[in-house]
Amino acid sequence: MIRPGKMVKQVLESLFKKPATSQYPFKKSAMPDRYRGKIIFHPELCIGCKMCVRDCPSNAITINKVGDKKFEAEFNLAKCIYCAQCVDSCMKKALESTKEFELAVLDKKKLKVIFGADIKEDVKK
Amino acid sequence: MRKVVIPIGPQHPALKEPESFSVTLAGERIMAFSARLGYNHRGIEKACEARTYLQDIYLIERICGICSHTHATCFAQAVEEIAGLETPRRALYIRSIIGELERIHSHLLWLGVAGHEVGFDTLLMYTWRDREVVMDILAELTGNRVNYGMNVIGGVKRDLSPEHIEHILKAMDILEERTKYYIQVAKEETTLIQRLSGVGMLSREDALSLGAVGPTARASNVARDTRRDDPYAAYAELDFKIVTDDHNDVYGRTLVRMGELMESYRLIRTALKNIPDGPIAIKSPRKIPAGEAFSRYEAPRGEDVHYVKANGTDKPERVKVRAPTLANIQTVAKMLEDRQLADLPIVIAAIDPCFSCTDRLITVKDLNKRSPHIVKWEELRLHGIEWHRSNGIDFSKLNKKFAQEAIRCY
Repeated sequence: MIRPGKMVKQVLESLFKKPATSQYPFKKSAMPDRYRGKIIFHPELCIGCKMCVRDCPSNAITINKVGDKKFEAEFNLAKCIYCAQCVDSCMKKALESTKEFELAVLDKKKLKVIFGADIKEDVKK
Repeated sequence: MRKVVIPIGPQHPALKEPESFSVTLAGERIMAFSARLGYNHRGIEKACEARTYLQDIYLIERICGICSHTHATCFAQAVEEIAGLETPRRALYIRSIIGELERIHSHLLWLGVAGHEVGFDTLLMYTWRDREVVMDILAELTGNRVNYGMNVIGGVKRDLSPEHIEHILKAMDILEERTKYYIQVAKEETTLIQRLSGVGMLSREDALSLGAVGPTARASNVARDTRRDDPYAAYAELDFKIVTDDHNDVYGRTLVRMGELMESYRLIRTALKNIPDGPIAIKSPRKIPAGEAFSRYEAPRGEDVHYVKANGTDKPERVKVRAPTLANIQTVAKMLEDRQLADLPIVIAAIDPCFSCTDRLITVKDLNKRSPHIVKWEELRLHGIEWHRSNGIDFSKLNKKFAQEAIRCY
């Protein structure tokens, strides 16, 4: 059966519909609730069990002891694959996924993020 | 007429992935076709041996962006079998639902690519716009549009809430309506029918003898589907129809994929209706006891196979992946025999190739000659037969019996 112009109706409809695309850098779409973006670390909750380091598939995390029961975390965002396994592995919920995804930088050094523990309290004691 | 050999790839503007094809032409007619795989080889199987099972899931998931749930589930199934873990039923249902959503997104993507390859870019724009609906659902359920990170050994990571179920059902209604329209277009649009009919013919016998899988086999009227033949996840409890077609050409493959889309919508609806309550994962040990398992999964492109061997530590001893494209790539040479060069892009695209899934190369070093060479399939098969025969096992009679039974079954 020859029916030319089968899509004409669709084309006309599309003329009056709002576009399927969005003006990205100007209009940002909301990330889903379960989105796994940049990781943040809460040093006060960390107990230094290093389960996150052990489970990380890309060796992107390093946990260093900086004081008595004080730990700091170093994240290599260039290595991270954003699977959030570290968040699942952490028993103390010291790690958290954020919705931040625009992580491109010109300086490579900025991809190493250090979440330092507050060690001044130790000095006071 | 003088024969001309044209190399296409590994770097070519028409190819999305680095792959090398060598086409022998007499005028515009294709006399011979050969594909050379291996440009995307990333050593994933070897890398798996150096990581724990937990880390392997994320690595395996990244074999392919479109079949990420496929590979991860297939691997998890194998490990669960070795460890003797009983995955909760709710987790199995969630796996099936995500698997079907992935099939929808893969088939819609393929439909767009097929439209693009035959110069019907409107179809590409339409299907890829509609694909966003299912991509958004996947992002909402799992957090990501690709590489969902949904599987763990012993279940799934994230649960479905009633709101999610409502959103999925709403999306299914939208997509079903759109797919009905595409089916109508495919059945009525003469340009599409004439461009795809009779292109890339693969008879039923050829599909069986070359071991085609997935929609390529089903379009040649071979009712071969792992979901029915070897049920995994929740498919044993779900009722679905295997879509087959007897066109044996690219048009048939288009109709099969569209039919499968409609089946997927129905499957997701029944799965959501029957989803049981309960836990979504059980705790799995870090060290998996020694053993081996072979796991099969019906990926959108066909049967995906994983073999895992455990040695009692927290790392696997051997992981072998056979992606569906490897099973289907042999059929392309058959489909292109004595065909026009202009049909080459759509015939290759019709098997929905994914070379990043496929690329695993075997180089065997002859220790006496010290010269590495690529082992051909036939050579490897003969070596296997010889090896077994030297150990006192002769499979030749058994093979004949199995081959006859297989032909009788289909």
